[in-house]
Amino acid sequence: MDYTLRELMAIIAAREIKNGDIVFCGTGISMVAAMAAKHMNAPESIIFFETGAIDSALEEIPMAVADPRVMYAAASNGGLLDAFATMQNRITGDRVIGILGAAQIDKYGNMNSTSIGDYHRPKTRFSGSGGACDVASFVPRYIIFMQHEKRKFPVKVDYLTSPGYLDGNGGRERAGLMTGGPSAVVTNLAMMRFDEKTKEMYLAYYYPGISPQKILDNMEFSVDISKAQEAAPPTASELKVLREVVDPQRIIL
Amino acid sequence: MDVRADKVMSLAEAIKTYVKDGSHISIGGFTVNRNPMAAVYEIIRQGIKNLHVYAHSNGTGVDELVGGGCVGKIEIAYGGNGRAAPTCIRFKQAIQKGMVAHEDYSNYQMSLRFHAGAMGVPFMPTRSSLGTDIVNKWGFSKEMRKKDPRLPDDKLVVLDNPFGNWANCAKVVLVPAINPDVTIIHAQKADRQGTCRILGLQFCDVDQAKAARNVIITCEQIVDGAELRKDPEYNQIPFIHVSAVVQVPYGAYPSSCHQHYDYDPTQLSDFAKAAKDDAAFKAYLDRFVYGVKDHQGLLDLVGKARLAKIKADPRTGYATGLDRK
Repeated sequence: MDYTLRELMAIIAAREIKNGDIVFCGTGISMVAAMAAKHMNAPESIIFFETGAIDSALEEIPMAVADPRVMYAAASNGGLLDAFATMQNRITGDRVIGILGAAQIDKYGNMNSTSIGDYHRPKTRFSGSGGACDVASFVPRYIIFMQHEKRKFPVKVDYLTSPGYLDGNGGRERAGLMTGGPSAVVTNLAMMRFDEKTKEMYLAYYYPGISPQKILDNMEFSVDISKAQEAAPPTASELKVLREVVDPQRIIL
Repeated sequence: MDVRADKVMSLAEAIKTYVKDGSHISIGGFTVNRNPMAAVYEIIRQGIKNLHVYAHSNGTGVDELVGGGCVGKIEIAYGGNGRAAPTCIRFKQAIQKGMVAHEDYSNYQMSLRFHAGAMGVPFMPTRSSLGTDIVNKWGFSKEMRKKDPRLPDDKLVVLDNPFGNWANCAKVVLVPAINPDVTIIHAQKADRQGTCRILGLQFCDVDQAKAARNVIITCEQIVDGAELRKDPEYNQIPFIHVSAVVQVPYGAYPSSCHQHYDYDPTQLSDFAKAAKDDAAFKAYLDRFVYGVKDHQGLLDLVGKARLAKIKADPRTGYATGLDRK
């Protein structure tokens, strides 16, 4: 079966979404993953956006969370206060799964999307939190898309924009955050999870043709690879959903 | 508060009257949607400097204001603009070169800050950002804050829940209210007194308007007040908050305006390309901003064919099938 790396990444993330989940969705590949899940394993999942649109029809793939394509045939078009309250409030918030991305991530899943170097005069400035810090603070589980490169998996992030498990087990609770945190990191080489006891990242799945050693070579910190298995490649029906339903114009994929 | 029956004026006059050097300002919309772009270009054309900008995620407009040299300080959650610029390019450069003093919050925190300003309370609480550098690292120092009467003494405050463990919560983060001198919103419809109807997502526009001392409304169309008052429950901003009304068709272009037009992927990516290089960016500003008298001048340069491509389909509210690659 022929498939691209981006297709594999989208499918790996889509499989994490459970039927009935409320999916907080960003742009790009995360949007593809959320839309794919709705047509595969989670038909009753609900996609919503920080801009305030909930359960959008998504006839065409949006390019930004404020794309007018998120407004069409939504259940409700509100605003930012509505969207974040949906996650902060435990009645709906406990059912939300987030999909995020970052420039850097550490072994506890803490993310940087703000800057590299000194905060005041950074070497590289990124977009900043947007809603990422809010989502990571509020929801019980979230998926993170990353590129697997040494500088993107540092021992310490230059700026901690969005909380993972902070300093490990109990870290979130000590800081006053709600229980929760990242459940999976999906990269161009592998899928990582977090140990239940230590809250440290470990290698769960390596992609076909990728050795666990290559994954370690692309990280500054080391992770447990003893539980790693090869990831199941996308099936024909999963690929059909991606190519014919989710992104037929090949805008993201 | 301004209750005059007729607040219609030209865009040049509205900007000259309400936006001054050093003004604290916020603009409506979100990344590629309903940014008041005609007003942004007019601010750049008038050479207004040293603005203090409050933004959640106003990609297109904020990046042009920064690039146009209008911004001295910025409090922001997100400087990105969709596919064309994952990080806004002039914003990125300005921060890296130390040209703009900056303070980072999250989108929810900026929204709550506008909400507090609209409500007239000093702060709002949230459970977001505990344990992060949004709490620990400050862009504006204590000394800078003490010296400036327009800034609160603290970026934010972490407080133990004063209600014990009520709502199963140990701590909250208090974020300070924002009351801009002026907020500029682009709406689909307004009447001459300033009552507005926004179609589609409202983002944070209503709180941004209600928190501001003065509000400039640009709109696709000025309509009779009686038309808006037929269905008043669909009007989001009543005239009591508004100081000026300006009719500017395509006033959000190149960002989108629900039910009227889509964003223009060509103009956004041309802007992003130009923004990467100082000389190219100067040429871009000379052509599209300084080289034209008003927004209609920019639209004439873009041309009718391009505008026809982004015309909204009445069924979906956007340009169905638009080539966005």
